[in-house]
Amino acid sequence: MKALKDTGILFDRSMKHILRSPDTIITVAIVPIMIMLLFVYVFGGAIQTGTDNYVDYLLPGILLMAISSGISYTALRLFTDVQKGIFQRFHSMPIARSSVLWGHVLTSLVSNAITVVIIFLVSLLMGFRSSAGLLQWLGVAGILLLFTLALTWVAVIPGLTAKTADGASVFAYPLMFLPFISSAFVPTATMPTAIRVFAENQPVTSIVDTIRTLLYSEPMGNDIWIALAWCVGIMAVAWMIAMKVYRRVH
Amino acid sequence: MKAAVIKTEGLKKSFKDIEVLKGVDFTVRQGEVFALLGSNGAGKTTIIKILSTLLPPDSGRAEVCGFDVTRQPDKVRNAISLTGQFAAVDDILTGRENLMLIARLRDVPDPGRVVNSLLERFALKEAADRRAGTYSGGMTRRLDIAMSLVGAPSVIFLDEPTTGLDPEGRMEVWNTIRALASGGTTILLTTQYLEEAEQLAGQIAILHDGRIIANGTLEELKKLFPPAKVEYVEKQPSLEEIFLAIIGNTKEAAHDAEKEAGE
Repeated sequence: MKALKDTGILFDRSMKHILRSPDTIITVAIVPIMIMLLFVYVFGGAIQTGTDNYVDYLLPGILLMAISSGISYTALRLFTDVQKGIFQRFHSMPIARSSVLWGHVLTSLVSNAITVVIIFLVSLLMGFRSSAGLLQWLGVAGILLLFTLALTWVAVIPGLTAKTADGASVFAYPLMFLPFISSAFVPTATMPTAIRVFAENQPVTSIVDTIRTLLYSEPMGNDIWIALAWCVGIMAVAWMIAMKVYRRVH
Repeated sequence: MKAAVIKTEGLKKSFKDIEVLKGVDFTVRQGEVFALLGSNGAGKTTIIKILSTLLPPDSGRAEVCGFDVTRQPDKVRNAISLTGQFAAVDDILTGRENLMLIARLRDVPDPGRVVNSLLERFALKEAADRRAGTYSGGMTRRLDIAMSLVGAPSVIFLDEPTTGLDPEGRMEVWNTIRALASGGTTILLTTQYLEEAEQLAGQIAILHDGRIIANGTLEELKKLFPPAKVEYVEKQPSLEEIFLAIIGNTKEAAHDAEKEAGE
């Protein structure tokens, strides 16, 4: 009970940070939106994906890209708290220790959800349409949330251990790049073998394919299980490392 | 004699191969202002971290308010408050929100009233609804200390409370600590400034090379040294005097030269 209450108070605190600097949410949303515009209106005409509208094909990958960059701000906020001694203050107080991390993790989920909604609205303006029903939409929301949660726990590790602010956020760049080498932008069939093998077996492809299947009400194959396994697996490993680091350093 | 509030016995702590604390024993009694005096790296912060349950000792015992810091950390955390070496203030929140945050986490009854009275007491009322990031160094430290007082803890740890402050900020913090002490709170502060210990503390312990090498009131510490005696020492010129002398000489010489040239 105490842990839940403390988490709520600390969540409220870091949400104030987000709401007072909405520029972080806009910064996180703007790059994926630019890439979406670029690919739909410049490259899209020459890309053959088998869909009527390229934005329909592209949106899932763009959302994952936005989340991958969004979590770097979580790492940065954690880093600042450690650096300023705010963690130390909390830890010398009679509060549940786990709530100090969970406050940040929940904030990450909410702020990334806001980013996702902004990008989604832009994609609607660009002609995105879906035939998904309520259940499929819930599925899409669920898998995006799970993906955010998994990457947020990844972000906690550099947030707690980094020596500089740049060090805390630099890990997000390779993650942002992953959608390019996946089925997010173009079908993997045209890629050279070595790259295709990588693209087809990295987490982004299965997650992107799952979201597409849900959005276009196509028959669901194995993708959803592979996607869930990736998300849960990454989350479990990252969570264990993060907790170990948390206990050791603090 | 008043009850012991903080008590350490044979406290030891090493980091990798470096033995920082080699057996630290001291006692702080209720209502005392106790200063741990030592140079940088003497282990002052390590002691504070052990006492505030942030770091376990390798061996030895430490008790705060009768609770063991390693076995009953929750009880200790209820009784203490830590003001670390750097002001742990949330820059994005206002002064009031910072205090409110701590009040809610500490489950203080009637938090609004507690926060208002602290804002008043620390002369932060005017700035209460401004972001803490806009405060001066002295104000930030005052807010930091005010945050430590939420919930009226019986023991307060202040780790180098005036390091990095300008003289004015230092005076502000000193006055704050004096006011706290007169209210009966037990205070353990660390400092590397001799004057600070002299100004604030009733008891002073000198930490050197991992041990307390002297401990007592200022008067008692003074007695450890031979009484003052009058000596006559040949006065050596200071650099300033040398500098002024040379400048003066050349001026005179130049003056003379001008005079000669004029004649």
